[in-house]
Amino acid sequence: MIMDIKIAIRRLRVTFSKNEILKGVTVDVYKNTITGFMGPSGSGKSSLISIINRMIDFEDNVRIEGEVRIDGQSILDGGHDNVELRRRVGTVFAVPIPLPRSIYENIAYGPRLKGIGDRATLHYIVEDSLKKAFLWDEVKDRLGISALKLSGGQQQRLCLARTLALKPEIILLDEPCSGLDPISTAKIEDALSELKKDITIILVSNNTKQIARITDFAAFFYLGELIEYDATEKLFTTPSMKKTEDYIQGKFG
Amino acid sequence: MRINPRFTNKLVHIGLNLQAFFTVGILVIIVAIICFKGFPYVNFEFIFAYPQDMGRIGGIFPSIAGTIFLVLLSILLATPLGVGTAIFLTEYTKESVFTKIIRFGVESLAGIPSILYGLFGFIFFVIKLKMGWSLLAGVLTITIMILPTIIRTSEEAIKAVPRNLRIVSYSLSATKWETVTKVVLPSAIPGILTGIMLSVGRAVGETAAVIFTMGSSLRLPTSLFDSGRTMAVHFYILAREGISMEKAYGTALVLVVSILLINILAYYLMNKAISRYS
Repeated sequence: MIMDIKIAIRRLRVTFSKNEILKGVTVDVYKNTITGFMGPSGSGKSSLISIINRMIDFEDNVRIEGEVRIDGQSILDGGHDNVELRRRVGTVFAVPIPLPRSIYENIAYGPRLKGIGDRATLHYIVEDSLKKAFLWDEVKDRLGISALKLSGGQQQRLCLARTLALKPEIILLDEPCSGLDPISTAKIEDALSELKKDITIILVSNNTKQIARITDFAAFFYLGELIEYDATEKLFTTPSMKKTEDYIQGKFG
Repeated sequence: MRINPRFTNKLVHIGLNLQAFFTVGILVIIVAIICFKGFPYVNFEFIFAYPQDMGRIGGIFPSIAGTIFLVLLSILLATPLGVGTAIFLTEYTKESVFTKIIRFGVESLAGIPSILYGLFGFIFFVIKLKMGWSLLAGVLTITIMILPTIIRTSEEAIKAVPRNLRIVSYSLSATKWETVTKVVLPSAIPGILTGIMLSVGRAVGETAAVIFTMGSSLRLPTSLFDSGRTMAVHFYILAREGISMEKAYGTALVLVVSILLINILAYYLMNKAISRYS
């Protein structure tokens, strides 16, 4: 089966002040798959995804070299629009950060920025996004309450729904389940498995079991270098690098 | 010898209670005296009638109106300017020598005695720009006087908004301006409102800077170029020149009650803002 490449990363080198965080990484992320980026802290996996949505622009003293293309279009040269890019590439952060407003207004935030003001359309988007994030049944009767009143697991699904409301092509999740209980984690994982039909998903995680459970492809990073990248099944059963094997077996990390 | 910690604890507890009681007590005494002395003279006529014979008889309506005009216009002018400066300093510039100079300037301005603002307003607006003693000169002077407070408090309030909220807003495809107006400012409203309230208090109670710039005409100002007086100025002149202590206390009572009402209104608005955005 030949798969379409959604994100092509070539010889990507990132330096913070004088620290080289990524040392020439080349990866293809395939369309409508879940791709896992794993590795111990300091491996550069989070920096890598913050380039794909250009959230890295909010850090100081960063130097980026190399090439990142989405659907063949470079996102590193000046010819693209970051606002437009972040509509196409959604982000879910490690810690759920609801905006201090109601559940409904959290979801409607992105669509409103796009200029969608029609009530019926907004209602539809809110309901649809919450359903896709497996949160609708729990909150449908109290959309007007503050999002800060939800539990941590619900807040994280709210953040996923909020991202979905922009109808992104790509979603980046940076250790989205690090603070969640197993049941909330399972709900997020179920949601992601459904979503990959339409969306390309990159999941950064330290949890190798989670990567093994739900990703199609997995990449192992270590100290800014891509050690191994393969289909998840292959990588977890017969890794070709010793380092990968040690990491998967929990010998370091 | 070691003092028994439980004894110390008791002592501190009593001490702190006394201090709090003392602070509130002084306030209560001041308000009580003003109420007691002023209450007999405040009635419908006092509030809505014009003063006669320098204020010995009649009411204080023009000075109530003068106060409202001066304070309202100054706040309306100073708030967008001050909040805008605060947004610029916190969101649109990086820390540099330039921002340090602006901040130093703002802080120095906050420490200047109001009489100097009055003098400046008199020389610049009243004489140089030929505004004469007028509501306009008063408004401009008071605006300059309260700007530092609004800038500083707004800046602190904006800085206190967590960086995470901004990051989330950007990640949802907001521009900087959208992030500032839709996320940062709503969260900072309670703090900004506090600064505005402090400024209202300063403007309502100001005498020196007002006398120098707005003058002390007893007439009702009907245009920006009319002179007029505020309640504080009216009170000052009545008391200082021994015109009528009774009317002075009556004016003081109206002044205190209006400040109280403004504060209650502000707290109400603040709670509404907080409950909406949390």
